[in-house]
Amino acid sequence: MLEITNLHVKAGGREILKGVDLRVKAGEVHSIMGPNGSGKSTLAQVLAGRETYEVTAGKVTYQGRSLLEMAPEERACEGLFMAFQYPVEIPGVGNTYFLKAALNAIRKARGLEELDAMDFLTLAKEKMTRLEVDDRLLTRSVNEGFSGGEKKRNEIFQMAVLEPTLAILDETDSGLDIDALRIVAAGVNSLRSPERAILVVTHYQRLLNYIVPDFVHVLVDGRIVKSGGKELALELEARGYAWVEAEARAAAPATA
Amino acid sequence: MTTSTNAIEALANREYQYGFVTEVEADTLPRGLNEDVIRMISAKKNEPSFMLEWRLKAYRYWAKMEQSEGEPKWANVTYPPIDYQNIIYYSAPKSKPKLNSLDEVDPEVLRTFEKLGIPLEEQKLLTGVAVDAVFDSVSVATTFKEKLAELGIIFCAFSEAVHNHPDLVQKYLGSVVPYTDNFFAALNAAVFSDGSFCYIPKGVRCPMELSTYFRINAADTGQFERTLIIADEGSTVSYLEGCTAPMRDTNQLHAAVVELIAHDDATIKYSTIQNWYPGDKEGKGGIYNFVTKRGKCLGRNSHISWTQVETGSAITWKYPSCLLQGDNSVGEFYSVALTNNYQQADTGTKMIHIGKNTRSTIVAKGISAGHGQNTYRGMVKILKGATGARNYTQCDSLLLGDKCGAHTFPYIEVKNATARMEHEASTTKIGEDQIFYCNQRGISKEDAVNLIVNGFCKKVFRELPMEFAVEAQKLLSVSLEGSVG
Repeated sequence: MLEITNLHVKAGGREILKGVDLRVKAGEVHSIMGPNGSGKSTLAQVLAGRETYEVTAGKVTYQGRSLLEMAPEERACEGLFMAFQYPVEIPGVGNTYFLKAALNAIRKARGLEELDAMDFLTLAKEKMTRLEVDDRLLTRSVNEGFSGGEKKRNEIFQMAVLEPTLAILDETDSGLDIDALRIVAAGVNSLRSPERAILVVTHYQRLLNYIVPDFVHVLVDGRIVKSGGKELALELEARGYAWVEAEARAAAPATA
Repeated sequence: MTTSTNAIEALANREYQYGFVTEVEADTLPRGLNEDVIRMISAKKNEPSFMLEWRLKAYRYWAKMEQSEGEPKWANVTYPPIDYQNIIYYSAPKSKPKLNSLDEVDPEVLRTFEKLGIPLEEQKLLTGVAVDAVFDSVSVATTFKEKLAELGIIFCAFSEAVHNHPDLVQKYLGSVVPYTDNFFAALNAAVFSDGSFCYIPKGVRCPMELSTYFRINAADTGQFERTLIIADEGSTVSYLEGCTAPMRDTNQLHAAVVELIAHDDATIKYSTIQNWYPGDKEGKGGIYNFVTKRGKCLGRNSHISWTQVETGSAITWKYPSCLLQGDNSVGEFYSVALTNNYQQADTGTKMIHIGKNTRSTIVAKGISAGHGQNTYRGMVKILKGATGARNYTQCDSLLLGDKCGAHTFPYIEVKNATARMEHEASTTKIGEDQIFYCNQRGISKEDAVNLIVNGFCKKVFRELPMEFAVEAQKLLSVSLEGSVG
């Protein structure tokens, strides 16, 4: 579904990703872990199409198409969803209105009929109940005045409604208390299916207790230096990132 | 995060869609202004002598002003000097002297209003909206007149009111905006040719929205209309006005005056969607919209609410205000002003608290795009006797791109220590992160900007009557085209 080959990315003149390779198949859950500043969020943002990053080399194929040539909204319409680390506030725009506009934009791009207000509300209510999302979130402006936890829950709620093919969670666990974490994870798990893939970007292993990944990759200084199964996450939790970094330094050929 | 400038500058411009010209034979006075022109206008209207005298006094006052200080210079707008002798002060579609029914209106004029989406034939009208249509300088049709008359409501062309209700006109004309008020108000008083007149009798709730639609058609013509609305004790009325003009590459002057009077327990809600031709992308042409609007809350518990969506005109100079004279009276001002390309707007309000426990609310939203310059200018004055007065002001500016400007000039004058004043202000740039967030959810850039701007204006839009709110949203997105890509 997603194939990243030798991806190099610059931001503000500094190289952040220095040759990332990653293959994600439908039905799989991958976790990208790594210390602060390793480039995890950059990877997520580049996949979503953020223009502030400059791709200097490499390619990304998503469902057979070149992802990097697609506009962000086109990627979204093709089923790519990113749960933001810092969800953005849009004052005055109702959460329901926003989500309905998003869903209908995606449906329209796929040649599906747009949902009217009634049908949309039925769908939204059903997802809300499942995710234990407060009714009041629907009537408030997009993320405006939401607590950190509410924002993250709102991201997962949007994801549940938009039903993406590839979901990227960018540090969704940061700022969540244990109850919220459990609910968010349940939301993500309910989306797991043979047709979908999920990419979980996280600093801590904690979230992976709830969303159990098929593969864990460690990103250090712009490269994936180690990949393994779910037990790798536990090892990182126990030993920290220093040993992987040391291993990577020893193994890596000198680069410019 | 910086706003991505190229994103906000590209996107092809759509033409101003109301820019067509109607070919009608017109009865037009020669260019220029002098006492004879005033007399001719008054004669054409067959006006009683009190009107002519009033016009002449206004003209003499204006002429003196023009010789001395001239136009007001304090507004934050720039334009070349206006040659008042090169303007045509009266133009009317030629037709029978008195219109008895719509059938007698020039079909070209009717077609124009239809093209603008304002069908005048009553059966086609949106239920619940009565329309007075003003084409160039005269009112061509007023709908639903009989139905309103059953309730004692007078809704007609100003020139008609002068004949049929001279007592009301004489009593209230100039009582809120005297001709000495300012340069443009004096000019309007001297030369105004028509407008709408509305009287709601005691205790009557006007059952439908009243609406005036203004259209400038003839070239080099100034439009000077005057609206007078009187809400008698305990009555309620909601009034809407809309306006468009053809695209021409010379500037045209529009100097209107609106006066509202609310007696005890009366409520007037006045909504404007101003969409005069704004000029082209390079700033050539467009309407100079120099307007004086003021409401007097004369009675106890009276209530006047202004809502305006200003998207058109090359220059807007406009301060719909409230004189809160009656105790417990309430004044409100909700405004969205958008400037794109080379448009300039200097707009805001004045809330003058005179009576006890008077309250006012100001919510002003300015949006600047392209090279647009947007100024909020507002005055809140609490006079000595206005014990317990309260004001809440919120004034927000939104910038799209980095060549536009937003300016704020709030004036506060408090002479009574019991007053409670609140003032909030903000200036924000539309964020790349907000647009990206929408993009990531499948929403295109253009739709994202519309969504964000509409969200920004929500507090104002929700004050508009339903159909108008929808129109305002659409208008805003059309006016923003070319500012985002």
